[in-house]
Amino acid sequence: MEGNHLMIEYLIKYHGKLEKALYQHLEIVLLTLVISILVAAVLTVLLLQFKRLSGFVIHLFEMIYCIPSLALFAIMIPLTGLGKTTAVIVLVVYNQYLLLRNFLDGLYHVDPAVVEAATGMGMSPNQILLQVRLPLARKAIFAGIHLAVVSTIGIATIAATINAGGIGSILFDGLRTLNTVKIVWGAVMAAGLAVVVNWILNAVEKKIG
Amino acid sequence: MSISIEFNDVSKKFQNTSEYAVDHISFSVTHGELITILGSSGCGKTTLLKMINRLYEPDSGVIRFFGEDISRNDPVEFRRKIGYVIQQVGLFPHMTIEKNIATVPRILKWDKDKIRSRTDELLILVGLDPEEYRKRYPSQLSGGQQQRVGLARALAADPELMLLDEPFGAIDAITRLKLQDELLKIHQASRKTFLFVTHDINEAFKLGSRVLIMDSGKIQQFDTPRNIVTNPANAFVESLIDSVRQQELLWKETTS
Repeated sequence: MEGNHLMIEYLIKYHGKLEKALYQHLEIVLLTLVISILVAAVLTVLLLQFKRLSGFVIHLFEMIYCIPSLALFAIMIPLTGLGKTTAVIVLVVYNQYLLLRNFLDGLYHVDPAVVEAATGMGMSPNQILLQVRLPLARKAIFAGIHLAVVSTIGIATIAATINAGGIGSILFDGLRTLNTVKIVWGAVMAAGLAVVVNWILNAVEKKIG
Repeated sequence: MSISIEFNDVSKKFQNTSEYAVDHISFSVTHGELITILGSSGCGKTTLLKMINRLYEPDSGVIRFFGEDISRNDPVEFRRKIGYVIQQVGLFPHMTIEKNIATVPRILKWDKDKIRSRTDELLILVGLDPEEYRKRYPSQLSGGQQQRVGLARALAADPELMLLDEPFGAIDAITRLKLQDELLKIHQASRKTFLFVTHDINEAFKLGSRVLIMDSGKIQQFDTPRNIVTNPANAFVESLIDSVRQQELLWKETTS
């Protein structure tokens, strides 16, 4: 009871701070998402032309994906400094593994008979990509985006350690000053955001299916 | 009578194989014929067909389409003049029947009214009520109905040549017989050239005005069904005909 009381008191007093953190967090996630999808789309189109490279490139992004986020943020600091820019760059790079793998898988694994029929009828490679492969891969493509969103929400929390702001800043403030209320608010917000967004995306995915 | 398709000493060998898939083949087809290409799997019949719409390129030799060397054309544009039907049908699962059939007309940028009336005409031609089927998706159709749509889609832009690669191979026996009869009617009405690949000897002899029998990448005999039966060119063709006779015998024995 005592704990609940403190939590609510903090919310009443500092709700502006919490809102600002949430807003910053969403901003990072959204910015990352838009850039990630654009970059992944360009890379996908390129890798479709150079099929043999695709295994190598995905493997490369897989290796980067395995680097702990704290380490990757640290590595980037000498290059791009502290702050949001570095955070977004790292998050975009992380997402490439999730997005590329799903985009390419989806586009490659269209029923070969459908592609043969399309080719045999005289559809150009671009027409086959846009009118046949892309719509048939939409489930896999959306699944990749879903994964990337949830992963970005999580890792963006860590980005607070390099002064990118967001929900992580509440959490890490709390940890540094041993302020339990702050820690709990940070944790609840980080987890809550991920769960709610995941729930929304699941609903959207069902509609597409 | 013009020659629609002519093969001149055409060969094709795939990588990592020692044998020719198609071994120095020459033949020609008069426009308006329905030719069946008969052979067991691996004999080269599908390879032969796919060299015509350039899904495969021959290693040597020349293929002519109405006198023109096909290797000089842009393959993508060339394919739009040829109907292509495959055993797995390959309808676009995310498009309605109407849109599937209109694929080539849409590529060729026909106007909407023309596409609409052509689609309806084709659905009627293949025995599907346009009102009922126009807006359906392929998954809502039976296998036989799907192949009817596949046929309609291939016929959409009124191609001079139709290539059919075992189109009825995965369809039950009763539906297959019906589809064969309808294909004959469609062919007779269209007066275009049809090349029909099959491994079913009954189907080949029933449909073909001439039958091209293949084995080991070579033509064993290319003649009318009657001439093949009365005058088999070699031991292979003879054994093929024998196999049918033996089957007939089996039927007689079981019914008597």
